[in-house]
Amino acid sequence: MSGISFDIAHLLAGSLVLVSFLELYQDRLYALLNVYALHALVLAASVAWQAFVQDAPHLYVTAVIALLFKAIVIPVTLHRLIVRLGIHREIETVVGIGPTMLAGMGLVALSMVVMLRVTQSADPLAREDLAFALAVVLLGLLMMVTRRNAVSQVVGFMSLENGLVLAATGAKGMPLVVEISVAFSILIAFIVIGIFLFRIRERFDTIDVQALDRFRGERR
Amino acid sequence: MLTIVLTCAAALLLLAPLAAVFGRGAAATPFVYGASSIASAVSLAAALMQLLGAAAPESLTLPLGVPWLGSHFRLDALSAFFLVVVDLGALSASVFALGYGRHETAPSRVLPFYPAFLAAMTLVVVADDAFTFLSSWEFMSLTSWAMVISHHRVPENTRAGYVYLVMAGFGTLGLLLAFGLLAGPEGLYTFAQMRSAHPSALLGALTLALALIGAGSKAGLVPLHAWLPLAHPAAPSHVSALMSGVMTKVAVYGFVRIVFDLAGGSSWWWSIVVLTLAGATTVMGVLYALMQHDLKRLLAYHTVENIGIIFIGLGLALAFKAHGMVFAAALALTAALLHVFNHSLFKSLLFFGAGSVLTATGERDMEHLGGLIHRMPRTAFVVLIGCAAISALPPLNGFVSEWLTFQAILLSPELPSWGLKLLVPAVGALLALAAALAAACFVKAYGVTFLGRPRTPAAESAAETDTYSLAAMFALAGLCLLVGILPGAFIDALAPVSTALIGEHMPTQIGAQWLSIVPIAASRSSYDGLLVFLFMVISGTLAASAIHRLASDRLRRAPAWDCGYPDASPATQYSATSFAQPIRRVFGTIVFRARERVEMPAPGDAKPARLKVELHDPIWDTVYAPLAVGVGVVADRLNRLQFLTIRQFLTLVFCTLVVLLLVLAIWS
Amino acid sequence: MVLISDFAIQGAQMLLVLLLAPLFTGYVRKVKARLLRRQGPPLFQPYRDLVRLARKDVVLAESASWLFRIVPYILFAATWVAASLVPTFRTGLMFSWSADLIAITALLGSGRFFLALAGMDVGTSFGGIGSSREVMIASLAEPAMIMIVFTLALIAGSTQLSTMAAFMASPAVGLRVSLGLGLIALVMVAIAENGRIPIDNPATHLELTMVHEAMVLEYSGRHLALIELSSSLKLVLYVSLVACLFAPWGIESAGAAVPTLAIGVAAYIGKLAVGGFLLAVFETSIAKMRVFRVADFLGAALMLGLLATLLRFVSGSF
Repeated sequence: MSGISFDIAHLLAGSLVLVSFLELYQDRLYALLNVYALHALVLAASVAWQAFVQDAPHLYVTAVIALLFKAIVIPVTLHRLIVRLGIHREIETVVGIGPTMLAGMGLVALSMVVMLRVTQSADPLAREDLAFALAVVLLGLLMMVTRRNAVSQVVGFMSLENGLVLAATGAKGMPLVVEISVAFSILIAFIVIGIFLFRIRERFDTIDVQALDRFRGERR
Repeated sequence: MLTIVLTCAAALLLLAPLAAVFGRGAAATPFVYGASSIASAVSLAAALMQLLGAAAPESLTLPLGVPWLGSHFRLDALSAFFLVVVDLGALSASVFALGYGRHETAPSRVLPFYPAFLAAMTLVVVADDAFTFLSSWEFMSLTSWAMVISHHRVPENTRAGYVYLVMAGFGTLGLLLAFGLLAGPEGLYTFAQMRSAHPSALLGALTLALALIGAGSKAGLVPLHAWLPLAHPAAPSHVSALMSGVMTKVAVYGFVRIVFDLAGGSSWWWSIVVLTLAGATTVMGVLYALMQHDLKRLLAYHTVENIGIIFIGLGLALAFKAHGMVFAAALALTAALLHVFNHSLFKSLLFFGAGSVLTATGERDMEHLGGLIHRMPRTAFVVLIGCAAISALPPLNGFVSEWLTFQAILLSPELPSWGLKLLVPAVGALLALAAALAAACFVKAYGVTFLGRPRTPAAESAAETDTYSLAAMFALAGLCLLVGILPGAFIDALAPVSTALIGEHMPTQIGAQWLSIVPIAASRSSYDGLLVFLFMVISGTLAASAIHRLASDRLRRAPAWDCGYPDASPATQYSATSFAQPIRRVFGTIVFRARERVEMPAPGDAKPARLKVELHDPIWDTVYAPLAVGVGVVADRLNRLQFLTIRQFLTLVFCTLVVLLLVLAIWS
Repeated sequence: MVLISDFAIQGAQMLLVLLLAPLFTGYVRKVKARLLRRQGPPLFQPYRDLVRLARKDVVLAESASWLFRIVPYILFAATWVAASLVPTFRTGLMFSWSADLIAITALLGSGRFFLALAGMDVGTSFGGIGSSREVMIASLAEPAMIMIVFTLALIAGSTQLSTMAAFMASPAVGLRVSLGLGLIALVMVAIAENGRIPIDNPATHLELTMVHEAMVLEYSGRHLALIELSSSLKLVLYVSLVACLFAPWGIESAGAAVPTLAIGVAAYIGKLAVGGFLLAVFETSIAKMRVFRVADFLGAALMLGLLATLLRFVSGSF
């Protein structure tokens, strides 16, 4: 695990955090989907590099799954979904982009502190990659929390899952079956969300979550 | 040296009642200010000799004040440095006032308090025991308060005076408690005794908190800054300069004396508190300043920002000292103290400029000024130097202290604490942001006031300032340039202070090549103000002479480009509010809940459209307003004590007596 | 002997950036035109423009003051001094210890301060719009630049540009995350500071879309020539900065002999060509942003710089 492979692994993990910030910065839906495709691409590259460095061929399969499904199939499907549903293509945010980025910075700092203090005795490469992975997870959660449009919340959820995959590959020895089961559960969740989105759209003519709130039964 | 300083202070104190008695004569103003300048000059010389000669500290005890304690005075390196700052400010303000004071409408309300104010500030800096310190501090607050309300017919001045008095009292309470904690149960009130006692960690923490409240409120740390932008503009301009440029530094002296000297070694987390407050102060101060269009209020808010910068340096010094990195601590402390000196120079200069503008036009509001560079060219030139210095532009002095602070921040990754690892980069970003916003603020202030076209008849008919005021301003501007070009000498002069407080000082700068400064090591970083200045002058003159010689040097005047709509009135040029609009949109929407509303009259209506800007002061709304309401509610409830019957009053007295006897019984 | 040759090298550097700056501007314009399938102006047109402007009379507005007349010289002096201190073909410049990267950033800031004041001087709304937008952009671009300087200084162990360039050229640097973040942030800041698309359009004629052009609207003749030369010089400065820090191959070290310096100069000109081409492609493929989106853009650059600094503070291997 000499200097240059260290650095490349860090570079790829850091790029994943950077692309998560890029997702937070977007304010148009199609651009967000393209950035999510980039996110999955960087994840595939990172997993492939880990496979090379750790000499674990099953991780190559993970990388190919990430590339095929997450970088190509899912963005294209979401793109078609948006066209079919005729969704309003601007992303409404709860707070402005500036405070969201500041909150993102705070989350990255938090994940650095937590991971680097908790794993004092672990392998240094794995520790720092885990810190980046936790940052990606938290940024995905931030995106789900600060967006009003359901499609952007789905994208946030998917990038959260990308962070989990990064964490799992960073810690050595993630068996393939875990990855397949995780991927399938995500796929099922995705299909369910898609069906629900169609149904909701049919009933209420909108998938803006705040507007949906009005139709809840009880009022506080 | 100490006797000279004390004699000058005594002379100033004597001058005060004389001015009160003879204040109405025509010769009183020049006499008082002239005598003050002479006293300040002598005191300055003594302090300089003490500081530059690196002489041993001198002590003196006088049989005044508390009978069994006396008054102790001491002139060591730290006191000598702050005395230089105080006396230089006092000297320049007195010389300025020789010219400015002629336009004072109520001299008898200002003249008696002015020399007393100077004497009080001197006494605070040389005090060596708690009572002398506190009584001089209160005297300083009271004399400046008297001058703040000298124009008491203006309603905002009375409100300013009221808020100032409340906050000053609150601050003194904090300091009183701090000294009480340091003195301990035996009542060791002299500083020498406090220095040798070592307080426990809890006491040290409480002392830090109380020192931050007491000295911080006088210096202007957020959230205790609220009195500063009300009181500083209300006073006459030379007093505003003293309050902003010098009195806040006396507060910094109080903080440094208590936290660095008397409370002894610091815990590592003290710096976290100081750095957090300082970072918030820096950015909030400059954002407030950007929203102002009153010239003196803008300068007062800007003082808050610079106090934040000084406290960032002090916080870093505390952090380094707590972890034993003494050279880095010396660097941070020197950066903070150099900024103390620099700020007193350019803030006084800018307040003098504002005073000259006020005298020449009668206006403090920037949106009624404009085009003054044509009517007051020399004032405009010297205020330009002040604006460039405060925006931290090389080769002037503001850049040097900021550069040194950045170098100290770059040494911080070696600090082991996690909190500091996350806080220091954030503070560095806030400092850089505040510096850029400060430059924006002064482009606005200078551009709207001095440049452009006059917006009112008052601005059109302004006259140039008198010679004394100009002399004071030019002297300060010259010093700004000098510190920027030859910073090494000034850094070396601060070495005794740093040795006394930290134990080490920065490497000696005098030997460095071409008079550059090398704060850590030559391989790491260096800066040569003189060379940068020379290069700029040479390239500028080279370009000018080449172009004038080889190309044309003809010039003709024509109307400004008006896009085909002639005769635009001066109202179409940018005002202060419009200049700040992009920044207000970017930063103010979140921080101040800034909203712009356009009131458009109906078609056919001849009324003008109006743009209204709404700003909410977040600190006033969250901290002060609820507090004021709470105090009012409690006072109303307690008011019922006025209307009790005689039997109930007697019951109160009886219960108090019984409780006190119980306490005595249980405790002893 | 060494002193004289060092002096000559520093002088050659100063002249090189000064002479290459208008050529670089002409090159970028030519590439942009070609990408839009136009012929475009000749490569040496900016030189002709400067000479033509310098020979013309200055037409000064009636309300302009002495500050308006002196600002072009101050701006040029500050920019030229800053540009002379960025290593182009050789590190270890003779006067590089007199101003480090923080001082270079501040020198450019002082040039901008005076230019913004000049925009306010004539007292029309055009100058005001330029100055107010320029200081808003600067209030975010300067802190971002300082954060980038911090990141680089924490990696290279010094704020001196020559030391940084030498460190980046050595094998000790490695491929660091913070360097990647710093590079992206530096490119964003460079675009903002030089007023290129997407922040500002240097070729626009619509006053409401102007930032830099609105500040210098009233300038004419030799003053305008100096200001145009200063902006070209600033663009070359930023491209050289990116080149010497992130593409340091071909920079000669301090003790190299004269023939190897020729290689350094050739490498530098090659880097300028590549940088100019990339800039032209970027400007052609993206649209100008709305003014208040610029704040988000630069805020992102500031966050990137802060993140890079934070990572360096947290661990030495980032």
